[in-house]
Amino acid sequence: MGHQDFFLPLNKLQTLVDRVSAAGYQCYGPHIRDAAIVFAAFSSVEQWPVGVVDFQGPGEYRLESETSGRYFYWANGPQGLKPLTFFPEQDLWQSTRTADATVDFHAETGSPQKMAVFGVRSCDLAALALLDRHFLSESPADPYYRDGRERLLLIAVNCARSAATCFCHSTGDGPFAESGFDLCLTELEAGFLIVAGSDRGTELIDALRLRLAHKHELKQKREQFQIASRQQRKLDPVQVRFDLAQSIQSDAWQEIARDCLSCGNCTSVCPTCFCFSEMDRPALGGENSMRTRIWDSCFSHGHSYIHGVTIREETAPRYRQWLTHKFSTWVNQYGRSGCVGCGRCITWCPAGIDVIESIRQVSANTHE
Amino acid sequence: MNKDLNHAFMPVPATVVERVEEGPDLFTLRLELAAAEARRAYHFEPGQFNMLYLHGVGEVPISIASDPQDKHLLDHTIRTVGRVTRGLARLRSGDQIGIRGPYGHGWPMREAEGRDLLIITGGLGCAPAVSVIRYVQRRRKRFGHLNIVQGVKHSADLIWKERWQQWSAMPDTRVLLTADKGDPLWPWHIGPVTGLFGHLQFHTDNVTAMMCGPEGMMKAAARQMLDLGIKRSRIWLSMERNMQCALGKCGHCQFGPTFICKDGPVFRYDRVESLLQVKGV
Ligand SMILES: Cc1cc2nc3c(=O)[nH]c(=O)nc-3n(C[C@H](O)[C@H](O)[C@H](O)COP(=O)(O)OP(=O)(O)OC[C@H]3O[C@@H](n4cnc5c(N)ncnc54)[C@H](O)[C@@H]3O)c2cc1C
Ligand code: SF4
Ligand code: SF4
Ligand code: FES
Repeated sequence: MGHQDFFLPLNKLQTLVDRVSAAGYQCYGPHIRDAAIVFAAFSSVEQWPVGVVDFQGPGEYRLESETSGRYFYWANGPQGLKPLTFFPEQDLWQSTRTADATVDFHAETGSPQKMAVFGVRSCDLAALALLDRHFLSESPADPYYRDGRERLLLIAVNCARSAATCFCHSTGDGPFAESGFDLCLTELEAGFLIVAGSDRGTELIDALRLRLAHKHELKQKREQFQIASRQQRKLDPVQVRFDLAQSIQSDAWQEIARDCLSCGNCTSVCPTCFCFSEMDRPALGGENSMRTRIWDSCFSHGHSYIHGVTIREETAPRYRQWLTHKFSTWVNQYGRSGCVGCGRCITWCPAGIDVIESIRQVSANTHE
Repeated sequence: MNKDLNHAFMPVPATVVERVEEGPDLFTLRLELAAAEARRAYHFEPGQFNMLYLHGVGEVPISIASDPQDKHLLDHTIRTVGRVTRGLARLRSGDQIGIRGPYGHGWPMREAEGRDLLIITGGLGCAPAVSVIRYVQRRRKRFGHLNIVQGVKHSADLIWKERWQQWSAMPDTRVLLTADKGDPLWPWHIGPVTGLFGHLQFHTDNVTAMMCGPEGMMKAAARQMLDLGIKRSRIWLSMERNMQCALGKCGHCQFGPTFICKDGPVFRYDRVESLLQVKGV
């Protein structure tokens, strides 16, 4: 692996894509849909948006053109890697009932298509590591998640620019990727630096016959890191955890809940939220029924329902569950905060609630 | 998908051997795993639970009420409250359902050996407590004084009168029943379970308490036990939350930092004490 930077000239970018496709991967890359950047299937890098910059703020996401001519001058879109490993909807097993009232169960089979994702950000790699921890390292390992996960080839991009909502530098998850990728690109004024993070990545670099990066290129990389880090907002995860642990009875939860619509947008866009519900989908005739899981959210009414009682009936305890789980009890469960500082919950909140402000509000109330 | 899908994730068939009517809206399903291989591999402890799956309807967590030594028949005492339990109530012997489990951590039966026992339950036919009582009944000599306290809201809610009477006839056993409200012919106590501690027989420094039922009741009883000098580490309780997966994955059963399905459902009191004081956790 070595973590050595090589230089990938612009005209070899497509060669890389072609080699990845030839290895059996469907290639996913940036694509503008509904005025936001998402991952979509592509075959030519010509299909990637160029010279686009994103402006993000509480409840705000706007794309504009800019003149650098770069592919990756934007920070992140609503979609991380989560939907590619932990599917929004997943069939689990099928139940079959015969005429003599016996039942039988069959696992849903069929492996998902191998997929290479170009343009993965370091916050998303950190989030993926958290989901891996939850679904795979904790026994029993989830076979459905594993299928979605193992097929991925990850080509990361270091962020040259942070959005106004980003704080991954504070959480220790960015803006540059350090691990968890197969390949990692740094876009320079002309061309890319490329580093391998796995054997598959090393093989790809070898096949491209690239030269090692020059000193001035590495210097430019370092400068970009500093610029992207400086642009960010700050949050001390250790302090936050300490404050939240003491603020469970704070009045601030009620104040925040007055604005919160309990819509669950934050948990959908959050790359680490893992909650799901299960349901039955009986086929017509009734002999077969599919057991399916779908994403759920601690903001939904049913999440805390137990025979006739919803434990978190009001918005305030739901908001408290989300925030304290993410920033405090996640540490008890998995040894670190569940937030990777991607800022998506801030951008995609229709009420413009800013999680960093909420934390301040709750903490201030506690220190009074 | 790998063919050897972990059976933690997918149920296996089980046959209803017998359905016992226990009272209004309460019944017991005696289940036998259909495959001999599944039966051999199955072991559980009192206080653990299974996920019972009804074809085309859904899946619910239900405690195992039988004794771990009765390998073949797994009893589940179920209260009819909603969609799935209503469907389960309609089953007859010979019908099949799906079962996954056992899940969670059960009662500290080993640790409780040689000690007096306080078993405190509230509500109707609290299954996790029944599993303990039956366990002790079979191994009576291993435990000290046995105290069973059952509280109900209204005297009319009490089920299993014969069973309580039968239990009170066990050696060295006290059974105390109480109702928040009772009709004039109710022969037992009136008031909260916490009013009964004076009638119990135990050594404060050599007792294990096990509780299940409404959280408010368990909180009040725990407070009283602490006042009496029982150590936090000797008080245990069984918790309930919505459960979809029972595998620590779906997130529904979170109670503060814990996943009740795998860290519980039985907890030592000191592990959950502070969380129990907050509404809506
Ligand atoms: C560890 C554990 C052990 C239990 N043991 C027993 C037992 O031995 N006997 C018994 O009668 N009941 C027991 N319960 C409660 C039982 O699981 C619920 O009564 C049952 O899920 C209700 O399902 P329903 O579809 O009939 O009701 P509905 O009200 O229609 O519920 C719809 C859905 O909500 C969820 N849900 C509702 N209530 C609960 C609940 N209390 N806990 C978890 N999920 C719930 C389920 O997903 C259910 O399918 C236990 C619960 C837990 C968590
Ligand atoms: S909590 Fe918000 S900022 Fe943190 S990882 Fe989730 S969406 Fe991103
Ligand atoms: S409980 Fe809420 S915050 Fe935690 S993973 Fe589930 S949806 Fe996300
Ligand atoms: S029931 Fe799914 S995490 Fe506990």
